[in-house]
Amino acid sequence: MDKIITSRRSMVGIAGVSVLSAAAIGVLGNVPALARARGKRPGVAAHQGDIDILNVALGLEHEAIEAYQIGAESGLLEKGVLDLALLFQGQHKGHRDALAGAVRQLGGTPVNAKNRADYMVSLNIAAIHNQTDILRLAQAHERGAANAYIGVMPSLGGRDLAQVCAKIAADEAAHWSLLTSALGDKLPGPAFMFG
Amino acid sequence: MQKLQTPAPWIVGLVVAGLTLPATGGAPHTPGLQGDAARGAQVYAANCGSCHSLDANRVGPAHRGVFGRKAGTAPGFAYSPALHSARFVWDQRMLDRWLQNPQALVPGTRMGFRLGDPQRRADVIAYLRQLSAAAGH
Repeated sequence: MDKIITSRRSMVGIAGVSVLSAAAIGVLGNVPALARARGKRPGVAAHQGDIDILNVALGLEHEAIEAYQIGAESGLLEKGVLDLALLFQGQHKGHRDALAGAVRQLGGTPVNAKNRADYMVSLNIAAIHNQTDILRLAQAHERGAANAYIGVMPSLGGRDLAQVCAKIAADEAAHWSLLTSALGDKLPGPAFMFG
Repeated sequence: MQKLQTPAPWIVGLVVAGLTLPATGGAPHTPGLQGDAARGAQVYAANCGSCHSLDANRVGPAHRGVFGRKAGTAPGFAYSPALHSARFVWDQRMLDRWLQNPQALVPGTRMGFRLGDPQRRADVIAYLRQLSAAAGH
């Protein structure tokens, strides 16, 4: 735990810088190009594949937001770690808003978050007993999310949407890196840590 | 959670192999590959674990027992109409095609994630197969 606390101090200092990226991501919800990208094919049906993929991603963001909320309310996090969790949660809210905006622009309906009880089961919150457990859960989620965004890019209909996903994946990768550092884990040696 | 250590040679090999894939990520179906369940568990955690768990429905359905199960039948999961009406069983070949490009296999499915590397697909499938065997499916 000492290692985590030491790493956390430097981590919090770094994290403050990334507020700008949250603001930038929030703007993505107003990019008209998302809807124009496949404009030659009329109707919602032309975008249904993209809508479905973005809604899956939105579900992932809902889950991340709730996971950080559960962690924040747990009483297990030290002040600095709590601040970081809330910062990451705010960025996931930015992703949520961008994805929901994109879904609407494509003519779809954004999926809603599930209720707390569902997330308690699906995230196996019963297994969480301390701060390290929470950091491990967040670390796994962020890595999976970065890989998920990278993995859906070839399936998207336009480069604009792929760029949105790339920007979000970069945020998730940054979160993973900071959490990995906080936990004292070694970073992988080879290139292509994600995807 | 696995610790991230110095990469094993097979990881380096996979990265190099990945660079040779077409830009579309559409590696051809390679039925002869031997999957490794232990490696597959790691690939699963890193790539599938954001949306899926073994025993809980999340963004995607629970996966324990999926190998050998009819598509679209995980209890309690709200599938897309396309997958709900699919008429096949998840075996080696279908899982490989699915992970390679799910929307090509089942147009209308909500999953768009592609696992482009054939060896990693084989490893994940070996892992899922092992879980099904252990569960008596």
